[in-house]
Amino acid sequence: MPETPVTAPAEPGTRARDREFTVAERSQFQLVLRRFMQHRLAVGSLVVLVLLVLLAYVGGALWQYDFGEFTPDKSDAPSLAHPFGTDAAGKDQFAQVLRGTQISLQIAVLVALFSTVVGTVWGAVAGYFGGATDTILMRISDLVLTLPLLAVAAMLAHNFGGSWWLISVVIAGLYWAYVSRVARGVVLSLREKEFVEAAKALGASDARIIFRHLVPNALGSIIVNATVLVAIAILLETSLSYLGFGVRPPDTSLGILVSEAQTALTTRPWLFYFPGLFIILIALTINFIGDGLRDALDPQQTKVRA
Amino acid sequence: MLAFAVRRIAVSLPILLISTFIVFMLASLSGNPLSGLLTRNPPPPPETIALEAQRLRLDHPVLERYWMWLTGLFRGDFGPSVQSNLDIGAEVAGRFLITMRLIAVAMILALVLAVVIGVISAVKQYSKTDYAATFLGFLFLAMPAFWLAILLKQAGIDFNNAVDEQIIYTIGDSSVPLPQGFGAQVADIAGHMVLPTISLALISYAAWSRYQRSAMLEVMNTDYVRLARAKGLSRRRVMIKHALRNALIPLTTVTALDLASIISGAVLTETVFQWRGMGDLLLNAIRTDDVYVVMAWLLITATVVIVFNLLADLLYAVLDPRIRYA
Repeated sequence: MPETPVTAPAEPGTRARDREFTVAERSQFQLVLRRFMQHRLAVGSLVVLVLLVLLAYVGGALWQYDFGEFTPDKSDAPSLAHPFGTDAAGKDQFAQVLRGTQISLQIAVLVALFSTVVGTVWGAVAGYFGGATDTILMRISDLVLTLPLLAVAAMLAHNFGGSWWLISVVIAGLYWAYVSRVARGVVLSLREKEFVEAAKALGASDARIIFRHLVPNALGSIIVNATVLVAIAILLETSLSYLGFGVRPPDTSLGILVSEAQTALTTRPWLFYFPGLFIILIALTINFIGDGLRDALDPQQTKVRA
Repeated sequence: MLAFAVRRIAVSLPILLISTFIVFMLASLSGNPLSGLLTRNPPPPPETIALEAQRLRLDHPVLERYWMWLTGLFRGDFGPSVQSNLDIGAEVAGRFLITMRLIAVAMILALVLAVVIGVISAVKQYSKTDYAATFLGFLFLAMPAFWLAILLKQAGIDFNNAVDEQIIYTIGDSSVPLPQGFGAQVADIAGHMVLPTISLALISYAAWSRYQRSAMLEVMNTDYVRLARAKGLSRRRVMIKHALRNALIPLTTVTALDLASIISGAVLTETVFQWRGMGDLLLNAIRTDDVYVVMAWLLITATVVIVFNLLADLLYAVLDPRIRYA
């Protein structure tokens, strides 16, 4: 157990085990990194995702057309001037898809951040204290889990939504409960470990044990879970936007673009395929990265998961 | 087993109650059911608005409205709709069947696909078939339900154009009016179901086949499967009789847990294919702040989810005789 603290309580800012076991801990991280790098599909996905992010933000800023701008070319097929063609109003589809990608990525990051932080703290507190605290906190998250996601999200987004960050808050408000379950599960098994007992014996406060000892050790499972959440959040946002409850015009999102293009599938297929392709590409790469992380963090699972 | 079922239902009821309470509060406090009337042009007289507010029970405080809704349920009264002559109960009953036949057939199709593909992937681990199945699974997991549905709808239109005859229907849940004769009606409804069920099933099967694959691999590495092989039973017999039976157990739970997301998927599928089912009802209700219709939708779908999870638990005991609900 490299986690077992042997030395006196840590100086502020450093962990006791850092000094004693520096080499072991760094190699642990390197091990995970090396295992991840061996997962070719995951590494490839990471590269594609990074390229997508760069394309959406840098490309979106440099591209000659703005997503709301009307060009004189109407319903043009993809060409050098308009790589993804234009719609009936003359808007450049490339600029619109890049804007939609930005929105999707922003929502995904905000949802992941918010629901992971809230869910982790919620689940860790419940798991660590147990008893009545656990019962109350977990019954609350159970209730959130029973709410029909799409219906409640659509209802809230319809009445409060419109901007991308409000949509994120609505989605995250329903997702943190999943994270709290995962966090609680991991913490429940960790709290019985010797290093927690040792920390207690050394007089560490509950908050310190939770945030310095339990949460960092639970982070692996939580991060893997968060990648899955990110992919689901993107699909939920595009669904909401497709139904007309998500991001609202004049801003755009990949869901809105698909919804606007669905009647034009035979006449102007480029309007339909490109936004859909980007949704799939984002969700697919994030799923593969999550798979690679899972294998890297828990090598025993590779036997079962390919 | 009966005692277990009764206890499970008894535990579910308070959860159902609290979740209806939360949704009622969210719906009532976030939207105004009169908004449709207030934005009408020319504006209706104030008396009309006051009458409408009274009919929608807006003159009562929100907690009282929830109580009125809850007690009304026992008399079979689902509350007033924004559409003044809509009987919510009758409306839901008709639409429920339409949506359930979509969900039921799609789930069966998805389960069959998931078991077949999952087992083949596991038995032929690391083969080309396995990699292809894995990649397809990930692809469908990343695909938005509505995008795939629109694509299939277009394929159906192209197919009809190619054979120059309307064989696959791409709009609606049945023809209006329905053709005469029982056989013709069944054929008509089946023709309308083909594309929506395929698109819903494809979205759901992906995750399940992954579960089935890993469950099967796990079981294949157990001692009793090795023992059965060592005793000289044929590989096929061991896989189907010994391994598959046990590998089906995890899938039961996952299927039940995923039901809620299938219902969401059905909402999108219904929208694309313009079915007049529960999804269409819900979306219209949200657009018009029709609180009581949203509540009826929630109540029905939540009940289906609870019943289905209970069935999954009971099925568990059938699949694994070691599990007993005393």
